[in-house]
Amino acid sequence: MSISKAAINRPTSPHLSIYKPQISSIPSITHRITGVGLGAGTVWLAWWLIAAASGPEAFATVQAFSGSIIGRLLLLGFTWAICFHFINGVRHLIWDLGYGFDLKSMEMSGWFTVYGSVGLTGLIWVAAIMMRGAL
Amino acid sequence: MRTSLGIVRGLGSAKDGTEHFWVQRVTAVALVPLVVWFMASLIALSAGDHASLVAFLKAPVPLIAMLLFLATGFYHLRLGMQVVIEDYVKDEGMKLAALLANTFFCTGVGTAAVVATLKISFGA
Repeated sequence: MSISKAAINRPTSPHLSIYKPQISSIPSITHRITGVGLGAGTVWLAWWLIAAASGPEAFATVQAFSGSIIGRLLLLGFTWAICFHFINGVRHLIWDLGYGFDLKSMEMSGWFTVYGSVGLTGLIWVAAIMMRGAL
Repeated sequence: MRTSLGIVRGLGSAKDGTEHFWVQRVTAVALVPLVVWFMASLIALSAGDHASLVAFLKAPVPLIAMLLFLATGFYHLRLGMQVVIEDYVKDEGMKLAALLANTFFCTGVGTAAVVATLKISFGA
């Protein structure tokens, strides 16, 4: 005897479409999205290292892509993604220790993550541009 | 409570959830200094060329940090992606395929990155 599909296929909740975006839920899903995105980005990191191991010519190809408009935009996106995942990850570790769970602290740390990730991304790019002496 | 049928089919908890949770956090804590080091290194290397990256990875401390960053990062990625897959992929067959692909991706790309790093460091 097999269990019918209809018996298992129960309605799922919550229905995402009826919920207002909140400072609790948005960083939560963004943490996952940035995590998956950074996972995809590891291909680029591996490509960079493999090219460097192959020699200056292969390395120049990767650097040319990284320096292109699309490459720069992707790098900017990955910089923000790693900043967000980093700050929100530390936020999770603090929660794991049992701190900052009340509503007010949670909302404050949520907004800190949002603004902090953008600010940190800016700082990293300013530092890199200063190192290079050019964009 | 588990029914006899559930036990026979092997359904229910695999009893390794706590370790998964814990290793996810251990790798997260390790990645805090490693990511700071990695980003600072990228900033420092952004003005350099191929020779400066090679010279950088030939020094022992950056090599160790890079290998730790790669190993910890890819392990953390595998654990995190596993949870995402288990949450969103409903079909059992698809889920199994996605979990396998996740493990193969993290092991494969991670090993390639580690070997490349070692080749840069120990190469001529």
